[in-house]
Amino acid sequence: MKCVLAVIFAFAAGLSLQPAFAQESAKPQTTLESVKARGMLSCGVSQGLPGFSAPDDKGNWTGLDVDVCRAIAAAIFNDPSKVKFVPLSAKDRFIALQSGEIDVLSRNTTWTLSRDTSLGGNFTGVTYYDGQGFLVRKSLKVNSALELNSASVCVQTGTTNEQNLADYFKSNKMKYEVIAFSTADETVKAYESGRCDVFTSDISQLYAERLKLSVPADHAVLPEVISKEPLGPMVRHGDDQWFDLVKWTLFAMINAEELGITQKNVNEMAKSDRPELKRVFGTDGNFGEQLGLTKDWVTRIVTAVGNYGESFDRNVGAGSPLGIARGLNKLWNQGGIQYAPPIR
Amino acid sequence: MVAEPRKPPPRIFLKLRRALGGKAGWGGLALQVLFVAVLVWIGYEIIDNARGNLAAQHVASGFGFMSQTAGFGVSQTLIPYSETDSYTRVFLVGLLNTLLVSVVGIVFATIIGFVVAFGRLSPNWLISRISGGYVELVRNLPLLFQILFWYLAVLGALPGPRESISIFDAFFLNNRGLVIPKPIGHEGLVAFTVSIAAAVIGCLLLRSYSRRALFQSGRVVVVWPYVLALLIGVPLATILVFGIPVTFEMPALKGFNFSGGTRVTPEFVALAVALSTYTAAFIAEVVRAGILSVHKGQMEAGASLGLSRGSTLRLVVVPQAMRVILPPLTNQYLNLTKNSSLAVGIGYPDLFSVFAGTTLSQTGQAIEIIAITMGVYLLISLVTSAIMSFYGWRVTRSMGG
Repeated sequence: MKCVLAVIFAFAAGLSLQPAFAQESAKPQTTLESVKARGMLSCGVSQGLPGFSAPDDKGNWTGLDVDVCRAIAAAIFNDPSKVKFVPLSAKDRFIALQSGEIDVLSRNTTWTLSRDTSLGGNFTGVTYYDGQGFLVRKSLKVNSALELNSASVCVQTGTTNEQNLADYFKSNKMKYEVIAFSTADETVKAYESGRCDVFTSDISQLYAERLKLSVPADHAVLPEVISKEPLGPMVRHGDDQWFDLVKWTLFAMINAEELGITQKNVNEMAKSDRPELKRVFGTDGNFGEQLGLTKDWVTRIVTAVGNYGESFDRNVGAGSPLGIARGLNKLWNQGGIQYAPPIR
Repeated sequence: MVAEPRKPPPRIFLKLRRALGGKAGWGGLALQVLFVAVLVWIGYEIIDNARGNLAAQHVASGFGFMSQTAGFGVSQTLIPYSETDSYTRVFLVGLLNTLLVSVVGIVFATIIGFVVAFGRLSPNWLISRISGGYVELVRNLPLLFQILFWYLAVLGALPGPRESISIFDAFFLNNRGLVIPKPIGHEGLVAFTVSIAAAVIGCLLLRSYSRRALFQSGRVVVVWPYVLALLIGVPLATILVFGIPVTFEMPALKGFNFSGGTRVTPEFVALAVALSTYTAAFIAEVVRAGILSVHKGQMEAGASLGLSRGSTLRLVVVPQAMRVILPPLTNQYLNLTKNSSLAVGIGYPDLFSVFAGTTLSQTGQAIEIIAITMGVYLLISLVTSAIMSFYGWRVTRSMGG
């Protein structure tokens, strides 16, 4: 898969119809134009991570990352179903974005400096503040990650987890054996077969993968959080309009929660004459149009997927099988660090 | 009046024209030059465009990343490696792992392949049916499926480290692999190695002496007592003089895993077993075809000389069959090497997994890394072909063909 992508990428970059020297004269189509022409948003997601992006029993993609894409589609087409989901493994994801196979990568991807600068993409915000942790069998009677000296650790390749793991064991002067697999499923299977003592990943992912184990209650997540993993959507570098659109779609969801706009009350709230609500709903000003969207863009987004808090609860929070506490992901005025710039 | 004969153009000139222009002469040569020029131009345009577009997209390019710190661990390394080493080191680690599994795979695939082929040709009904069944079963199942079968179903079913199957308290088999005592060299090791080499050379000299005696004067010289004395006596004497050359570090269960000793990982075993059994099925068919291509009169001739069936096969039939076997056998070796990239499915850190996988996703430099990886697989394959061609040339020459 990756090889095919790489070759496509090589050809796309090499034989692009707009050669570098001709770019001045023939202006290439913007991402928004090509999405509209296609009638579909192409969205890169995981190969099945419950809570973030996974197909449900009817084959519909659901999850927090999926909701971001649905929100973008709703803002553009007023139809959250106009999304083509492209499942990608951790190591294929950036090539898919670079090559133009997907318009936005919404796949629990950690925002780091090197990814932001050298991969030809830009992160648009943080959908989930995460950290890396360890999942172990309760029968091992391990209570802290510092007791993991000489353990065998399963990790998914192409992730920041692989490097954080190396850093953590090195700085604590512990030995370990790492076995890296290319997909999350293979990694979990190896952990379950007993090949590894420990499975390491972002903590949200540990909770999600634990649900797939035969007896989830036999496994526990250790208390240590060894890294910062701000997860967010990523777009291709060089198209500022598209960058703004994706960025503000997420900000709109967070602002909606802050202002108390929910999927249920969105139509009543739209009639309100509070100035900040009038700006959000486009009855005052033309903020949606500045983004290349319509004036009622926030109404469309919230009607389709709800506000950030609703999406969080439905997919990963109290209303979901994962039951992860909001924690850091609470709004800034409720003790968390989720914060969006104002719409004005 | 005698006409001055026209002077023929120099021979080298003619040769050059024929080689480059073919039948079309100079016109053909011009066309070829034009064709090469167009190819070079297209190649240049592709590279130039790629560079321009990558720069416009702000994707890093160039080979500078090779000296950056890798920052991730690798489970099996043949050379010392730590997380602080560079991507170049990762590349070497991956390359050596690929070569290791390929070489081990080729050796075992050849042995199993030949055994199964002889089994299939055996007059014994049971042996020939079992061999036939093996070939049909193994070559008709997908290789990735077989690798996963060995990894998850066979090796994954072994007990954990604490319930290891122990052999003499020195070898431990569990689902983390096979732990064996690790040899540690001492000062006597060099002398010991030299003494063994000397003993082996001595044995070879004895062998050639006895052969000469047999062929030239028909004397049968019994050398095996001397060979034994050399092989056992000389190293033993060195041990007495220089001390014990090697001691073994015994593995012991400590914490989660065994510490001490050395370990063969289940990923390596699963991959090597799957690759060699799978390729062996094809090699068996190649060898069988080669042997059947030798006229059965050769077999009968061997029998009438009083040679046993085994000796006839070894001395008469197989050398002739080798000419037919070698080219398709080379194909199988190349397939095995390339198939080793399926390692990525079970987490064996081969070149494709650590370099075209992890390194690629960390640096995002797809074009450079895929180009290097393709180049390396091409090189490995070409070297394998060259070795096999050389061997084929020697076989043909020794048969005067």
